[in-house]
Amino acid sequence: MIRVDGLSVSYGAVQALRDVSFEAQTGTITAVLGANGAGKTTLLRTISGLVAPRSGSIALDEATLTGMRTEDIVRRGVGHVPEGRGVIAEFTVEENLRLGAMISSVPLRDGLAQQYEWFPVLGERRKQAAATLSGGERQMLAMARALIAQPTVLLLDEPSLGLAPLVTAQLMHTVAELCTTTGLTVILVEQNAKSALRIASRAVVLYLGRVVADDVAAVVAQDDQLRQYYLGMVK
Amino acid sequence: MSSFLTSRNVADVLGGITNGVIYSLVALSLVLVWRSTRILNFAQGAMAMIATYVGFAVLAPTTSYWVSMAVAIVAGLLIGGLTERVIVRGLYGKPEINPVVAMVGFLLVLESVAAAIWSTGSRGLPTPFSMVDWQLNHKPVALSPFALYEIVTAVVVMTVIAGLFQFTKLGLRLRAAALAPEVSRLLGVRVGRMLTLGWMLSSAVGAVTAVLVASNYFTGLTPTAMDGVFAFGFIAAAIGGLDSPVGALLSGIALGVILQFVGDYLNSNAIILVALGMLVVSLMVRPNGVFTRSAQRRV
Repeated sequence: MIRVDGLSVSYGAVQALRDVSFEAQTGTITAVLGANGAGKTTLLRTISGLVAPRSGSIALDEATLTGMRTEDIVRRGVGHVPEGRGVIAEFTVEENLRLGAMISSVPLRDGLAQQYEWFPVLGERRKQAAATLSGGERQMLAMARALIAQPTVLLLDEPSLGLAPLVTAQLMHTVAELCTTTGLTVILVEQNAKSALRIASRAVVLYLGRVVADDVAAVVAQDDQLRQYYLGMVK
Repeated sequence: MSSFLTSRNVADVLGGITNGVIYSLVALSLVLVWRSTRILNFAQGAMAMIATYVGFAVLAPTTSYWVSMAVAIVAGLLIGGLTERVIVRGLYGKPEINPVVAMVGFLLVLESVAAAIWSTGSRGLPTPFSMVDWQLNHKPVALSPFALYEIVTAVVVMTVIAGLFQFTKLGLRLRAAALAPEVSRLLGVRVGRMLTLGWMLSSAVGAVTAVLVASNYFTGLTPTAMDGVFAFGFIAAAIGGLDSPVGALLSGIALGVILQFVGDYLNSNAIILVALGMLVVSLMVRPNGVFTRSAQRRV
């Protein structure tokens, strides 16, 4: 379980997060929704230690993550698939995966076999440079590279960005399946509220760095006011 | 056949390769730190020179050239690591002029310190192999056992570095940290450590180079012994592309050969002029280097 408590983050004079608190339960998907600039990406970057908070704390189960280095947070089992995917274009598919597998205790061969089973297209292209992959394939590679490290928590930043609806649906399905089968905890940041709410059990809505809603996903999905004002969804 | 091997042109090629591998090693050393930290290490030659002085400090007690070489390499590793931790780390993300000024300043400091400790006089270091050219039908071939030793050493160093980067887990992490530091951190790579290690490796390559230069009794070891070699190695790296280790290797050798012909057929005073001319032309035509594939990094 990830517990975020009273988190505030500033970039100079700009306050990106104000007193944000919520919990992401083990084995579930928590959607973090909101418009551009709501602070969603900042929230994930703060959880994985890339951004230092001004105040507040983040805990993984009983351990405090605040103040730890990104490398150590990742080694504790927090995987982060950054916005824009972040695959290393100059590396082959397999090199990207091997890099992700370095902190895993599972033998490399088993880890690779598992990912190629989940994402068969990556197996077909394992010797290709990541630069030659399509957008959807890159997203799969980024996800597989995070998963091969055997994380207990996965932070996903806009996985649907730039993807065809069908590919998005496939990815979301894979994520949901992993949660039920492996007990993975997912924090899913999305602008595409509709697809996120479909698979999430809880949803946190951010507006200008503040939590304006934190409820069961189905309730958020039904709340007309939220949908209209904060999520930009038309009925 | 034998007249071919002893001909003037073959002599120029062989002599050029012998000089060129040294430029290639300097260029490789520069590429190693440029790729990972985007800093042009103007103090590269001076750092290598200090490592060599340290290595040869043990020459008297041990009388072994090879022990001195090993000590110089270890000193090179330490100097590189310390430089990154103490000086370079504060320069990341600063305006481009800051590291340039800092590294030129560091070069001057190192050369003064070396002069203060070891004086400016040249030290003839022992040459492990004969510098007399081999003979073929009583004519010299422009290759001596020492020249061959230089070439073999350069090939070994480059093979070790290439193998390390291409085929080991550590190499994968080193490359990842250089290409995409933030993504690497998100995969648990200790990027700071990788950058330090990159500087250590670069500096160790420099130490081997400086030992080779210093064991050539025409140059010997002085606080400024690496200045000229550094200039040519820098030109080779700029022509080959600061991002390309293969480019560093090839352009170093090409530069050595071309300059050997210039010195032989034109005038030895024209060498530096031609080298600078090549640098200017290559920067005008291919500013990112002849061997750099893409102008922009994509992540």
